[in-house]
Amino acid sequence: MTAMTTAEAETGDVVIEVENLVTSYGAHKVLDDVSLKVRKGEIMVIMGGSGSGKSTLLRYLLGLHRPTSGVVRLFGRDINRLSGRQWTELRKKMGVAFQGGALFNSMTVGENVCMPLREHTRLDRNTMRIMSRMKLEVVNLAGFENLMPSQLSGGMLKRAALARALVMDPGLLFFDEPSAGLDPVVAAELDDLILRIRDAMQVSIVVVTHELESAFKIADRITVLDKGKILMTGTMDEVRNSDIPRIRNLLTRTSEEQPVDADDYLRRLTGSTD
Amino acid sequence: MQLTGFRGFSERIGRRVAAGVEDFGYGALLLGESVFWLVLGRWWQQPVPIQAMVREMMEIGVLAIPVLSILAFANGAMMAMQGIYTLRDFGAEAQVITGLATAVTREFGVLIAGIVVAGRSGSAIAARIGTMQMAQEVDALRVMGVAPVRYLVSPVLVAFLVMMPVLTVLADAMAVLGGGAICFMDLHISLGTYLDRVWSALVPGDIWQGLIKSLVFGVLITLVATGNGFIAKGGAEGLGRATTRSVVLCISAIVVADMIFTFFLIL
Repeated sequence: MTAMTTAEAETGDVVIEVENLVTSYGAHKVLDDVSLKVRKGEIMVIMGGSGSGKSTLLRYLLGLHRPTSGVVRLFGRDINRLSGRQWTELRKKMGVAFQGGALFNSMTVGENVCMPLREHTRLDRNTMRIMSRMKLEVVNLAGFENLMPSQLSGGMLKRAALARALVMDPGLLFFDEPSAGLDPVVAAELDDLILRIRDAMQVSIVVVTHELESAFKIADRITVLDKGKILMTGTMDEVRNSDIPRIRNLLTRTSEEQPVDADDYLRRLTGSTD
Repeated sequence: MQLTGFRGFSERIGRRVAAGVEDFGYGALLLGESVFWLVLGRWWQQPVPIQAMVREMMEIGVLAIPVLSILAFANGAMMAMQGIYTLRDFGAEAQVITGLATAVTREFGVLIAGIVVAGRSGSAIAARIGTMQMAQEVDALRVMGVAPVRYLVSPVLVAFLVMMPVLTVLADAMAVLGGGAICFMDLHISLGTYLDRVWSALVPGDIWQGLIKSLVFGVLITLVATGNGFIAKGGAEGLGRATTRSVVLCISAIVVADMIFTFFLIL
């Protein structure tokens, strides 16, 4: 594995590179020594239960916060050493579909999709409209451009957000919890859509999810996070055949019994500190 | 651990002061950044959207006109009534006009405009930005390479800087009219005579004082309202808290700033 990743780094085929990322909230470490590589054109699924730190990791990959220590490189550039302008340039090359869609409620779906074009290009109105319609076609939302986000269902919101994320033809796409809150059929459609987009656009995709089924369907590789640490990164089969107990629990959906310490229990109930 | 007694009390005060200083610094940063985008945005090819400015001016200014007019008129009428009542003992009722004219233009016109706008827009702006923050729309702007301040704060700042003086002049006029109505009914002074006397009682400095204050109030409301929106968290309850906090802080900031300004302008 190490030999392979070194080779990749040399060929410049790595789109995301995270090295020893540590983030802490007070004394509590939310992410603890996380290292990760995402290659060009692959779908990397970051999986973990609630509170595993997967959403936090995504926020750091997007550069929304500064890490306590460690390095995040996107397209080979350390994102915490970029000037404002360099960041803006880099952000044109990435698209993000947030969990609830995060469409701007005061704009129509079409205006939402056009927004990155309006901000970053000097295309005329018609071209922008055509480009946004193209992306809406890709996500099967043709004809919905004049609706307001409040008129869309949950699945449609996520697809519209995907269209907005794709409108600049990014090299890197992030998708936060694509199947959360959707019924199984709609969730499956979204999974197919993600696969189709990767094949059509040769884009690297990072998906954060807690849904096993979805993860196994779309992932080229899976990173399993637990309590802020990476348990393993590997292909579907490697994860399936892993004998790490926490991963086995996740896969078989068994709960983890916490051993009960009687003294500690009493102490918690009475609230005494001695 | 909950500290009690003097130590707990002093610790709480310390924390409050530290939080206050932090808020102040945050406000200064917001102001700096929004001015930065207004001045350099076009050169960076990221101009502050003009459409948003116009929309904010409508929301903040134009739509506030009816309620502000009524309140300013009522306030002018009240001041005239109280003034006449007080001055009657000295047989100097007609002097109420001088007092009213200066008090309104220097103080009450701008204060009413500030409070009305703080109540209307201070809450609305905090609620809007707070909702966007919670729905990850602010993050969406950021990852799109759009600075949220440029998009959400700068237009509001411009709208306040343009509309607050306009609203202040309007409030001045309505309050003076309110006073005129009372003078007409109570003292039988015709409106023409009344306005002449108002005009001769005023010096340009009186109006300027109100206008300068209105700009300061505009900046304060912008920073308090948008700042409270950005730090909102915790669902519907948190949003309610942010909105309430925004209005209360806006009005407090206005009144305190008014006092400080008056102190330096008069003494």
